Amino acid sequence: MADKISNEIIEYVGILAKLELSGEEKENARADMEKMLDYIDTLNELDTDGVEPMPHVFPVHNVFREDAASSTDGSGDTLANAPLQKDNCFKVPKTIG
Amino acid sequence: MGKQYETVIGLEVHVELATRTKIFCSCSTEFGKAPNTHTCPVCTGMPGALPVLNKQVVEYAMAIGLATNCEITKVCKFDRKNYFYPDNPQNYQISQLYHPIARNGYVEIETGGTKKKVRIHEMHMEEDAGKLIHDEWDDTSLVDYNRSGVPLVEIVSEPDMRSADEVIAYLEKLRMIIQYLGASDCKLQEGSMRADVNLSVREAGAEEFGTRTEMKNLNSFKAIARAIEGERERQIELLEEGKAVVQETRRWDDNKESSYAMRSKEDAQDYRYFPEPDLVPIVISGEWIEQIRARQPELQTEKMERYKKEFDIPEYDAKIITSSKHMADIFEAASAVCGKPKKVSNWLMVETLRLLKDRGMEPEEISFSPENLAKLVNLTESRAINSSVAKEVFEKIFAQDIDPEIYVEEHGLKTVNDEGALEEVIRKVIADNPKAAKDYHSGKEKALGALVGQTMKAMKGKADPGLVNRKLREMI
Repeated sequence: MADKISNEIIEYVGILAKLELSGEEKENARADMEKMLDYIDTLNELDTDGVEPMPHVFPVHNVFREDAASSTDGSGDTLANAPLQKDNCFKVPKTIG
Repeated sequence: MGKQYETVIGLEVHVELATRTKIFCSCSTEFGKAPNTHTCPVCTGMPGALPVLNKQVVEYAMAIGLATNCEITKVCKFDRKNYFYPDNPQNYQISQLYHPIARNGYVEIETGGTKKKVRIHEMHMEEDAGKLIHDEWDDTSLVDYNRSGVPLVEIVSEPDMRSADEVIAYLEKLRMIIQYLGASDCKLQEGSMRADVNLSVREAGAEEFGTRTEMKNLNSFKAIARAIEGERERQIELLEEGKAVVQETRRWDDNKESSYAMRSKEDAQDYRYFPEPDLVPIVISGEWIEQIRARQPELQTEKMERYKKEFDIPEYDAKIITSSKHMADIFEAASAVCGKPKKVSNWLMVETLRLLKDRGMEPEEISFSPENLAKLVNLTESRAINSSVAKEVFEKIFAQDIDPEIYVEEHGLKTVNDEGALEEVIRKVIADNPKAAKDYHSGKEKALGALVGQTMKAMKGKADPGLVNRKLREMI
């Protein structure tokens, strides 16, 4: 198994995924990610010239819905999961872009 | 003499599509409802909920792509863009990165009599985010997901624009095309059309582009023009001081007329896009494209040509009227009722434009009915009212959409066509103004004007000025 995943990458992926990982979890994640990369390396050994990338695993396309509205008020169910709410809205720590 | 700089601008324009329902679920897109009423497990990102694509979104996107001379992608797909933000309940946005629905288009713009093509790099479909309302009182933000999942197209231009004028001409052109297609109402103030401006400066004649910044929060054409001027100045100042422009996203504050760097969303630029596994590919056949093409309505350029030919309207007037789909609709409906397109065109070109300008309004905000304008044209043409009364009545139509026939009747504004009564008044006016009469006889044409004025006043404005003029000359 190659040593492909540096400590910096583990840290960075953790930040992107909003995860705080313990030392042990980081090591486990590193082992899993390296296994995945090794698997991809197997694919890289094959000659894929001229092979169309597969967009989806099912041989299905053009699944559509007509543009017709349902008229139910979803706010009750939606807000049932809100830890904090105010004025029919989710209340969250102040967030400004 | 300082260095000359050139501004290089590219635009990312988001347009909310006018579908009845959201892009991946059947929640309504209706604007202005109580928070979170138009939500369901799909548009609030509940685990296990599955998106199903709204066909109308694809058809509107194809229509816009065709009208902007794009190539439609035969096999297009959705991708996930991953980031954490409270307005994004799934923690990813379903968008298109690798195979957007349309590519390589252009629109033609005109500024200061010069025509130019602005190229469109690509256009993709995606879902809108929810809305954050910031609560000043307790330092929290409130999240409303009614807008989450409303369909958008994002139109990305090439960096082909060089001034604020060109940017505005480009946006007006896009807005016009999309409004004509009925694919969106494109209201900047309400956010159904939003533009992000990518801007860099370089020394005139340089080949390489400078470092660009992206500006957000531009919700009117005026704000866009001011933001472009402000950012150009800011970047030139940095370069003149020997400093570097930092590639960043800046938020424009139109009240302060300045922009500031937005708090970096940490490493959010790393969106880790990957193909969306919950949606199957869209295969667009040539036949489907032809169906959409056949359904395209008459666009502005065609309409303008038709007005010139069919109604004998001058090019300039035809252009102004068709520059707003709403105004063109009023023109056609009013002309159909009264059968006098040139007269209708005059009312739109002169009085309507004047009142719009006075009140700082856009043509989209015209609220009178074509029927009432048509009635006014008929009243004027039949000489039932004279032109100054007509202008007064038109202001009422413009402001309150009153029925001019009823209004003229109720206010006794009809022109008095009783020649006997008119002659009576004229005799009195001449007798009361012997000096003016004498001046006229000694060759002073102007003196007649004063007498016409006196007569009109005595008739309370309800006489035909042409007739008054003729009678005066006869009787003096």
